[in-house]
Amino acid sequence: MSTLLEVSGVSVTFDGFRAINNLSFEIGPAELRAIIGPNGAGKTTFMDIVTGKTRPDAGQVLWGERSISLLKLSESKIAREGVGRKFQRPTVFEDQSVFDNLLMALKKDRAPWRVLFYRETAADRTRVGELAEEIGLADQLQRKSGELSHGQKQWLEIGMLLAQEPRLLLVDEPAAGMTLAEREHTTELLKEAAKTRAVVVVEHDMEFVRRLECRVTVLHEGSVLAEGSLDFVTRNQQVIDVYLGR
Amino acid sequence: MRQSFIAKNPSVLIFLALLGLFTLAVTILGEGLGIGLISTSFVKTLGKTLCLCLVAIAMDLVWGYAGILSLGHFAFFGLGGYMIGMWLMYARTELIVVESLAQAEIPPTPDEIRDAIGTQIFGVVGGSDFPLVWAFAHSLPLQLALVVLVPGLLALVFGWLAFRSRVTGVYLSILTQAMTLALALYLFQNDSGLRGNNGLSGLQNIPGAGDVPQSLMSIRFFWASAAALAIGYVVAAFVVSGKFGSVIRGIRDDEARVRFLGYSVEGYKLFVFTLTAVIAGIAGALYYPQAGIINPAEIAPIASIYLAVWVAIGGRGRLYGAVIGAGFVSLLSTWFTGGQAPDLNVGFYTVKWVDWWQVLLGLSFVLVTLFAPKGIGGLFDLLTGRRGPDRHGADLGPGAGSFREKEAEQ
Amino acid sequence: MRILVAALSFICLIALPVSAQDSPIQQLLQENRTLIEQSSRRTIGPAIDALRDSGLPAAQAVLEKWQARELWQRKSDGLFFFAERTGDGYRLIDIATGADVGSATGGEIEQLKPNSGIRALIGVALVQFQLTDPDPARRMAALDAIARNAEAAHLAPLRASIATETDPALTSRKARLERLLTISYDDEPDARIAAIESFAGDLGVDARAALNPLVATTRAVTAGDPPATENVARRLAPGSDVLSEAAAHALLVEAGLVAPRISASDIRAALAAHVENGQVGGVPVAELDTDAARERAYAALAAAGLVPATATSAEVAEALSSHVFYERYAETDPRVTEAANAALDAIALKVGMNQAADLTLDALSLASIYFLAAIGLAITFGVMGVINMAHGEFIMMGAYTGYVVQQFVPDYTLSILIALPLAFAITFAAGVAMERLVIRWLYNRPLETLLATFGISIALQQLAKNIFGTQARPLTSPGWLDGSLVVNDIVSISYIRIAIFVLALIFLGLFLFIMRRTRLGLEVRAVTQNPRMAASMGINPDRINMLTFGLGSGIAGVAGVAIGLYAKVTSELGQDYIVQSFMTVVVGGVGNIWGTLLGATLIGFLQKGIEWFNPSNTLAAQTYMILFIILFIQFRPRGIIALRGRAAGD
Repeated sequence: MSTLLEVSGVSVTFDGFRAINNLSFEIGPAELRAIIGPNGAGKTTFMDIVTGKTRPDAGQVLWGERSISLLKLSESKIAREGVGRKFQRPTVFEDQSVFDNLLMALKKDRAPWRVLFYRETAADRTRVGELAEEIGLADQLQRKSGELSHGQKQWLEIGMLLAQEPRLLLVDEPAAGMTLAEREHTTELLKEAAKTRAVVVVEHDMEFVRRLECRVTVLHEGSVLAEGSLDFVTRNQQVIDVYLGR
Repeated sequence: MRQSFIAKNPSVLIFLALLGLFTLAVTILGEGLGIGLISTSFVKTLGKTLCLCLVAIAMDLVWGYAGILSLGHFAFFGLGGYMIGMWLMYARTELIVVESLAQAEIPPTPDEIRDAIGTQIFGVVGGSDFPLVWAFAHSLPLQLALVVLVPGLLALVFGWLAFRSRVTGVYLSILTQAMTLALALYLFQNDSGLRGNNGLSGLQNIPGAGDVPQSLMSIRFFWASAAALAIGYVVAAFVVSGKFGSVIRGIRDDEARVRFLGYSVEGYKLFVFTLTAVIAGIAGALYYPQAGIINPAEIAPIASIYLAVWVAIGGRGRLYGAVIGAGFVSLLSTWFTGGQAPDLNVGFYTVKWVDWWQVLLGLSFVLVTLFAPKGIGGLFDLLTGRRGPDRHGADLGPGAGSFREKEAEQ
Repeated sequence: MRILVAALSFICLIALPVSAQDSPIQQLLQENRTLIEQSSRRTIGPAIDALRDSGLPAAQAVLEKWQARELWQRKSDGLFFFAERTGDGYRLIDIATGADVGSATGGEIEQLKPNSGIRALIGVALVQFQLTDPDPARRMAALDAIARNAEAAHLAPLRASIATETDPALTSRKARLERLLTISYDDEPDARIAAIESFAGDLGVDARAALNPLVATTRAVTAGDPPATENVARRLAPGSDVLSEAAAHALLVEAGLVAPRISASDIRAALAAHVENGQVGGVPVAELDTDAARERAYAALAAAGLVPATATSAEVAEALSSHVFYERYAETDPRVTEAANAALDAIALKVGMNQAADLTLDALSLASIYFLAAIGLAITFGVMGVINMAHGEFIMMGAYTGYVVQQFVPDYTLSILIALPLAFAITFAAGVAMERLVIRWLYNRPLETLLATFGISIALQQLAKNIFGTQARPLTSPGWLDGSLVVNDIVSISYIRIAIFVLALIFLGLFLFIMRRTRLGLEVRAVTQNPRMAASMGINPDRINMLTFGLGSGIAGVAGVAIGLYAKVTSELGQDYIVQSFMTVVVGGVGNIWGTLLGATLIGFLQKGIEWFNPSNTLAAQTYMILFIILFIQFRPRGIIALRGRAAGD
């Protein structure tokens, strides 16, 4: 299986604290992967590194068939390369309508000059309609996204990620604060997305991870502790120690 | 496309109609062509106010929409004024000098003319040589190009440096303030080449139009200012209406999210910053010929802060709010500080508004920030909330117009 | 008979107390009587010299009295006396013994009236006596007089007096003066060179004053090489920076080597004077609007002999290239000028180093002012994330508090001691009121806080203007802060600046103490790091924010008193410091007192450094400083000491 993202030997230190310690990680072009780990294991920092928000002190992050190094690219360039990221807290543009949020995320030329003279076509409107359908917000298109419920905002953000048509989706705790029904919908969205692209889900909730039915990577103190199916890693003594021992 | 832009922004048409009516009213009431109910100096004040409205629109774009609280946009305004002022001063001095040298027995050489102009212009700072910055002052088209280019380039370079290193929020505000302070201090020097604290003067005399009376000239400049404001408003409305508007408002609300959507935030900020600097430069180039004089005090940091005050009081994040704020506050300010407002006697103390207007302005500004963050523009939301979305623009218009009309009669 | 008389008088001379009129000094004066009566500067020399070299004890007194026009001559016998006016006549005093020798009417005696030239000569002669005067104060006065107005004639008596000098301070002073005079007046080149070399690296202004004339140059021009007798400093190429072509041409004209060039305006005037039938020299007037046409017309006039010829460009160029231009020293001995140059170079180096030291002191004091002005801002900005645009007005309030206190307490020392805590209390209260009324409603909206506090700032400023007027109010410092600590001719620092420096140090210490050693500091740090967690531990963040803001404002008030002591107290006082304070905080980095300290130091030194490059222009210095800061932010967007990592947030 070819590799979409290859992270090797990455370390990063904040004021003497080693947040990521010689971390290596790989994911294929159409794969669903869950990352679990206790607080402070470096999950969010890992995402920061891949998306260009944090520059590591050492190591490599290679991307795609041509093995481009992501470390030299800006956040927006990495996003345009096809890495989409969902934050822990739902971050949508609350002042703007659901339609505008999705339209902004649609995969189009991002250069200021082109955006200035951009006017949406019928095809764009159809595409936004489809996405809204997928995330269950078809009848909320003209509402301001600030008026949506927490779960709806999470979906809108996932919808915006999908509109970007990324090759890799990084999702930070998507199920936090959701009702059971909302979780199920979210699971479906992620599993559907993972059919055509790589999806990395960072999650605390074991139950949610179990529903995803995917390979699991356990992070601890900034490096990989174990990797495999959920049943496999939960039998691992070290993992048990980390989760229960402290 | 055009249709849909106006359809989506009915307020633009209403604004243009009101501005047209206002212009017509001032023309009829003014001295130059009309019945002379409004004095020439007040026509000039109104024309200047329109220019201030234009720079307020620029401020609203950069602050209200893109979230960059620039405390330096009056630097661009002033630079625009300086650029046009250089031509006005050069060309007028040249006319005078050539006329006076023509009386001499021997016709002057080009060098002699140039030296004489230099002595006329720079004698006040003890010089007679033309500094390098005056290289294009003889040519109106080149100086007009500089009105756009100089503020634009300064904004481009400064913005590139600032946005590139991710300076945001109050840091950026302070940095822009430092920029305008540096520029003002530089211009205060006698050897800056722009006559130090004397500034450029006599700008109200337009070269080649010596036989046009000021009353007529003031109306022409008023028209030009109104036209510039109209164009500026349409351009700004166009910029903020479509997806570009979505992106910059997104940057204002959550910069990181926009970045992770793949938009190069720095590029957008730079675009808006530079565009608004150019608008400010054009506004300044129209303002100072009406004011007659420009000196470095005009671009002191305080001026840019007042600009922010106008936009905040008018209501930021909406273009008509900026126009209302600039028009309302600057005219009120002229009224109060001009000594026209009647003194207020509270028994033991007589409040002289010339002295107390600043205190009132400062405190009302605090109150607006605390209790009415939407500013005067927020009032129209209250109205539209009652009357439904269809009447949205219609209600705002008369308000904006009446503020100015009311002031105009005083 | 005659022999007898002579013998008798001889016996009288030996045996009797010497008659006053026949004292040696009187005899000496009588010998030179003709010269003295002649009283001419050109011929008086031998008379003065005779007195000076006589070795007689009364010589000095006589010279002094003579100089002071208190020497009188009796018309009848030509004897000299000192005289005092008594009623309508004069009392005569013997010049040798000081004894009373009778009286005379004004008609019987005549006052000696030496002119200024003679008095100067007597002064020089007196130097020798003064330098060896028993009274050290008079010796010092003599040295001062010589230093002020040195002459070649002073050198010998000065040298002679050193050996007998007993006072060590005077000895060294005499030695120094002797070396200075040697430089200027000694005939022996080796002695001069030795003296010059002894002044290498000397900071005294007098040393430079003695050395500089030696290396003064004048410009000259010759057709060939400069004559060997001249001490050439350097050759100059016409058209270079040091010698423009016009200046070279002027030298040639001065030396009569080439005809002068008529200036453009003179040509113009000459042409205007010779207009005939609309033409000048055959050129139509209308065409005279180029320099070439004017030159042609003038040449035609010159050819007709109507105007003097002017050197053409080609002639001037030819003359410039065929002559040698050089600078020569007035001092002819090249060894002397060489030594003087070397000594001056050494002095310049030493002066430069001392100026650097002086600059450092200046920069330190400026830095402490910025630190004082910025520390309050750093607290509110660093701890609460609140930009207080009215900070400058708090500084102003502090300064006005000092002014008002001085209106009631006339003792300056006491009034300052009252003003400091009072200013703190007033601005503390103002800060707390502002926090309660405005700022706490705007937390997490930094830009709005900035604007609201700006509104307060303009209101306060205008209020101050309404109350105190627009003119500057004095805040006078106590007497013991007047004057400066002088290290040498170059390095000095005023006591006020030292006081401000000390005050800045005290506040740094106070701040560190509060933050690290008190309950309040602990709570402030807790609230800064995690307000919610702190709240759950029983800390009231509201109270902490209020106190922090009050503290920051209070320090601004104290800074205001300090700044008011040496700057004018006006309503715009705060404005002058607010931007620098912001710069200090931004450059230093938020949330760290050491950062503020470093920021203030950097900005203070930078401003002084730039001023040093361009001393006349503080405006330019500020401009360049701000540009530097804008660039600095490029490399350290979060300041010198920046929080890194997740704690820094985004």
